[in-house]
Order: sequence, then structure tokens, then C-alpha cells
Amino acid sequence: MLNLLSGFVEELRRAGLPVSLTEHLDAAEAVHHIPIEDREALKYALGATMVKSASHWHAFETAFDIYFARGLGTGDDGTPGPGSPGQGDESRLPGDQRGQQGGGAMDQMTPEELAALLYQALLQGDQPLMRLVARQAVTRFAGIEPGRPVGGTYYLYRTLRNLDLDAVLARLVGQAKRERQDDGDLSTLDERLLGDEYRGRIDQLKKAVEDEIRRRLVEDRGAEALAKSIRKPLPEDLDVMHATRDELATLQRALRPLSRKLAVRLARRRRHRRRGPLDFRATVRRSLSTGGVPVEPRFRHPRPAKPEIVVIADISGSVASFARFTLHLVYAIQSQFSKVRSFVFVDGLDEVTRFFERADDPADAVQKINTEADVVWVDGHSDYGHALGVFFDHFGGEITHRTSVLVLGDARNNYHASEDWVLAELRKKARHLYWLNPEPKDYWGSGDSIISEYGQHCDAVVECRTLRQLERFVGDLE
Amino acid sequence: MTTTTDPLGLGDIGPARFDSIPTVRDGLAGVGYLADEGIAGVVYLADRLAKPVLVEGPAGTGKTQLAKSVAELTGSRLIRLQCYEGLDESKALYEWNYRKQLLRIQAGQVLAEADLGAGPDHHSPTWAELEEDIFSEDFLLTRPLLEAIRADTPVVLLVDEVDRVELETEALLLEVLSEYQVSIPELGTVQATRLPMVFLTSNNTRELSEALKRRCLYLHINYPDIDRERDIVRHKVPGISDELADQVARIVRSLRTIDLRKLPSVSETLDWARTLVVLGISSIDATTARDSLNILL
Repeated sequence: MLNLLSGFVEELRRAGLPVSLTEHLDAAEAVHHIPIEDREALKYALGATMVKSASHWHAFETAFDIYFARGLGTGDDGTPGPGSPGQGDESRLPGDQRGQQGGGAMDQMTPEELAALLYQALLQGDQPLMRLVARQAVTRFAGIEPGRPVGGTYYLYRTLRNLDLDAVLARLVGQAKRERQDDGDLSTLDERLLGDEYRGRIDQLKKAVEDEIRRRLVEDRGAEALAKSIRKPLPEDLDVMHATRDELATLQRALRPLSRKLAVRLARRRRHRRRGPLDFRATVRRSLSTGGVPVEPRFRHPRPAKPEIVVIADISGSVASFARFTLHLVYAIQSQFSKVRSFVFVDGLDEVTRFFERADDPADAVQKINTEADVVWVDGHSDYGHALGVFFDHFGGEITHRTSVLVLGDARNNYHASEDWVLAELRKKARHLYWLNPEPKDYWGSGDSIISEYGQHCDAVVECRTLRQLERFVGDLE
Repeated sequence: MTTTTDPLGLGDIGPARFDSIPTVRDGLAGVGYLADEGIAGVVYLADRLAKPVLVEGPAGTGKTQLAKSVAELTGSRLIRLQCYEGLDESKALYEWNYRKQLLRIQAGQVLAEADLGAGPDHHSPTWAELEEDIFSEDFLLTRPLLEAIRADTPVVLLVDEVDRVELETEALLLEVLSEYQVSIPELGTVQATRLPMVFLTSNNTRELSEALKRRCLYLHINYPDIDRERDIVRHKVPGISDELADQVARIVRSLRTIDLRKLPSVSETLDWARTLVVLGISSIDATTARDSLNILL
């Protein structure tokens, strides 16, 4: 057990969770106190001692499922409860024959029967039956090839595609509607609730399928190898430019608490960091309690410095998701800046501040920007030179010594003229000029990237690929 | 496993408060707190490992209530330290009672003058004696943390919203949390006679320090799943029908899947359910839902 635990801790660390030695010891100690056969309790015991942040829970859970897969020396291998059809034959099979050639009653079922069983399972929310169906579906559809170093995403996709869950969902809702029609109308509210109910069950089924695939992969190649192919960066370390749609959704969720935290921190620091000038009256008043000796000087509260921010963002295809996050974050903590103006460009340039001012939710605003902003001038390929030129002609006069200018983009200019004199001018007028580049540093200056040409005029060029880097940068803005 | 060794150097960590995880769960249910597997497990471990529990999660999911319920379950006194920005040592740990000390010194002077005629063998107290006198426990004002440590009855210590104090103040807690002791320079170290159970809650407005997190068990309380929420509603709202409780739980779950700025919490669910009961509504349709939804959101 302790060896297994050490391996598990290693894996957590590789996945980026900061597990300290004391926490490892605590976990080892905690394991003694819980009944060893209780998988859930084990999970929470390990979680409580080693995972100290809610955003890391998902990574922990994934690793846990791999290292302490169902059926690990315990009776709980997802054997269905009594009363489920097909269960008798299925559970008599030893685990390792249950793979592709297993021959229980379910394996002789026609696809139609399996689909009917799936439908029943979802209709009744019958968990054991769902697990059974999931196992069978994986056997039939996933086509797992032993020994291949994969994480199973493709197997999952293949299985789910064959189950066609969207159609099943529609059928479930339709069925429920027809039943209810007999005793009165089904209001939209009820319909919505039913839909959510079934969607929840389908998610459970997906989870069961995923578990099953993982279990088989662990059997095939061992926990450590699988963990390696399945490992994902933590939300704050995800590369924004290459995130998948699901990952982007995760990022989106992470962004709101993050921006709230950032706002609190900025406000606090602005309040506490520096003392203002000596407050003479307060000092004298205070000195009365020490017999007129000014033992403890008092200071005025400093005026909080709230910078003005101008964001100029490239929203061409290659860096769009990055620009979106940055705009999001800047607007989410808008209260910490005295003024925020934002401009987006591809080869033309448009001001988009108005979208943020009208929208309640930054997400809506971003949506609008993508559809309404007038950013294409000629062909829709980034032209930094032209965009900067337009910016300077129209808005250059509004840059003052209080303004911090942020340029977001990869500086891939498609071999147009760089017009870097604009940045030199901006630098002279503005308080700070920063360039945030969402590309890895190694790629800077390769191909049509002219970041060094622009960079020489900036106060700093910052590599900004993850939320963590972005947060750090915005937190340090003054 | 057999010998309860002493991994933390705490001496005897005292008799176990709970037998097993299910006992915790049933016990908490008995005092009206419906815990899920995770919550019960962590509370059980906190007792066995003698470690504080750091509870995080969205507002209104019963973080503070957990500490109260555990106190009720174990028959302990609840000592609560509400954190706020600017909390310092003298409010959290202890403070010397300056006024009383001052009085003591003045009284000493007065008495000495009165005693002058009493005879040559009487002597007024030396400075050392006086110092020892005025820095004794009589002049100590205990604040929640010290009080929890010194209590000889069972105690549950609740440090509420610990994320509100500044990073530097957090360090105050560390000694109490890991060693269950408080050092007072003038008096020495006060050790806990009985280890209190400690709960810290945080609304996650900032990242807590690693040092603090390392010393605690971490428990994230999220919104309950539908079955638990339904049970909570049934349990906490007297006179609600099962059908209505079920409907309430389902509607709230649906609401939580929408991307709202603030999701309805458990306490708001309860408020809503109570309102529905008071209004005499036995089944929710779209109109009643819309009309009373302002309670929920």
C-alpha cells in the first residue's frame, strides 16, 4: 500500500500538484485510519491530506482513478447489483477474460437489444445497469488495441459516437412528454427539468464509459504508463493558444474567481503598500497620550494609483483565444483601473470599449466583438504596421503619461511593413508600453514574427501563454 | 496501525471522538447536518490525525454550520474567531490588561505610602516582584485562540473566513494550528490540555499561504447533489411535502447549470422552500416559480 501511495504521490507531483513531504506523511497516516476496502473513503482521505486547492481536484481524481482503479484487490469492481438482467453471466467471468473475447449473455445481444438496455438504464437512472452497459459498449465499439501508448480519448470518442447519446436523449424526453400528455400538459418548466435530469444521467454514463476504458488501459499497460499519456496541465498552466474547446470552458470558469482574487489583491496592496505624507494634525493629536512627545508619527493614506489602460489586441485567428482571455481579465478587474479602453485589429482597427460598457457579462461583449467589430481592411491577415498606424492617427493624442499601453499579439506580420516608429512614439508619450506575446519564447523571431523589431521600443515583452502568467502580469501593472 | 504512535509530537491526542466514518455521518444527521461521504470522512480523519480542517467552497453551502454541528454532536463549546482585515494578535490570541496593570501599580504605591508608618520590618515590593505580579495570568485577557487552547472542557474552535486577514497575520495561526500551543513571552508557553477540533473556513477571495494549507486537512464543500439537497430541504423545512421538496431540488439544480453570476446556494434554496410552504404552494408551475424566484437569485 505504501509503495502504491508513493507512486501515486509521484504522479501527482508530475501532474503539477504541489504535494509536500509532510502531506505525503499525513496521507500515509490517514490511510491507517480508514477501512481499506472503502474506495470512496480512501479517495477523500488522500484528497484531504494532499490536495489543497479545488482547482486541482480534477487532476487528483484522474490520477486516483488510474492508480486505485475499481477492482483493485477489493470486491468492488462495479459488479451490478442483483436484479439487473444479464448480470448472472457477466459477473461469473474472471476479470481478464472479460475483455474482447468474453462470451457472456450480453455479448450475444444484438445491437438493438443493447440500445434498448441502455435506454432502460437511462430511463430508470439505474447505476449498476449503466455500468454494465458501459462495459459492454466499450467491448464492442472502442476497438482497444493493446499496447498502444494512448490516453484513451479516441476510444472514448469512438464508443460514444456509436451509442449516439443525443438521439437517446431526444427519445427519452419525447417519451416522457408523451406519458405526461395523458394527465395534462407538460409545461416548458417541466420539460426543462426533465431534460436536465436525463442529461445528468447521460453524463454519468459517459463517466462510466470513461472509467471502463481507463480500467482496461491500466490492465493493459500499467498505471504509470497510462498516467503519463493522460496527464494534463492544471487549469492555470494550460496553454491558451492550444487549448481544446473543453479546456477553454475550464479556463473560462477559472477566470472569474481568478479575476475576483486579483481585484481584491490589487485593492489591498494599493491600500497598504506605501505610506502617504506625514499627517501633522493626527500626529499631534496622537502625541497627547504620550505627554506631547510625538512617539508615533501618523501618515496620510496614499492616493491609490489607478492606471489608465489601453489594450490593443490582435484578434486574427491565430491568437484570438488569447486576446479574448486578456480582454476578459482586464475588464473583470476594471474597477482597479481608472479607465480602460480597448482596440482590436486584424489589418484594420476598431475601438471596442463600447461593447464592454454595455454588456453585463464580458463573455457577451467578446461575442459581439467577434461579430460586429470592423477589423478587416484588406484581406483579413494580420497587418500590425497598418493597424498601429491607424491607431496612432486616430487615438495617439489620447495617450497621456498616466496611460499604460498593452499590445497583445504574436507579431506575425505576414511580411508587411512594421511601422515600428509608432511604438517608439507611444513609448515617449505613455507611462508604460508592454507587449504580451502568447507564443513560446523559442518561436519569437522565427518566420514572419518581428517581435524583436517591436520589442526594442517596449518597456518589456512578456511571454504570456497561461492564466498564471497573465495573472502575474496584470497583478504587477501600475 | 496497532500502536497509535505520535507522529506530531503532541503527546496523547486523546480518546477518539468517533468510532468510524458512518458514525460521524449518522451523528451529524442526528443534529441536523446532512453530510456526504467526503465531509464525514474528513471530520473523522481530523479527529484521528489531530489536524485542523480547512473548509472551502461557495458561499452558503454550510461551511460554518459544519463546525457548529460538530460542536453540537460532540457536546463541545464552540469558540469562534471571526476574521477581518486588520485582525491582530491582541484580538486573536491574548492581550495584557493595561488598565488593570496600571491600577495595580498605583494601588501598590498607595499601599506603600500607607504602610510607611507600619514599622521598619515591612518592605515595599521590589521591581522584580512587581513585574512578576503584573505579568501574571490575572492580568491576561484571553482571546479566542488562547481560550480554545486553555479550555479544560471539550472545545471546537472555528476560525471563520480566514482569507480575510492579511498574509502576515495568517502566521499567527500557525503555532496554534500545528502545535496546539501559544507562546507568551512573559509567561512561557501554554499547551493545550485537550486538543480542540479546529475548523477554518475560507471563501477563497485570496490564495492562502502554503504554510497554512500544509498544516490542515482540506475539505472543499461544493453544492450538494440532487438527492442530498432534497434531503436537506425535507429536513430543514418543516411541513414540506416530498413532492415539493423534490421539485425545489430539481429546479435549483437546473438553475445551477446555467451560467449565472451567482449560483443559488443551499441557504437560498431553503429560504425559497420556506417561502413556498408559507405561501401554501403545493406544486410549482412556471408562474409561481417566476414570481418567487427573486428569493432564490
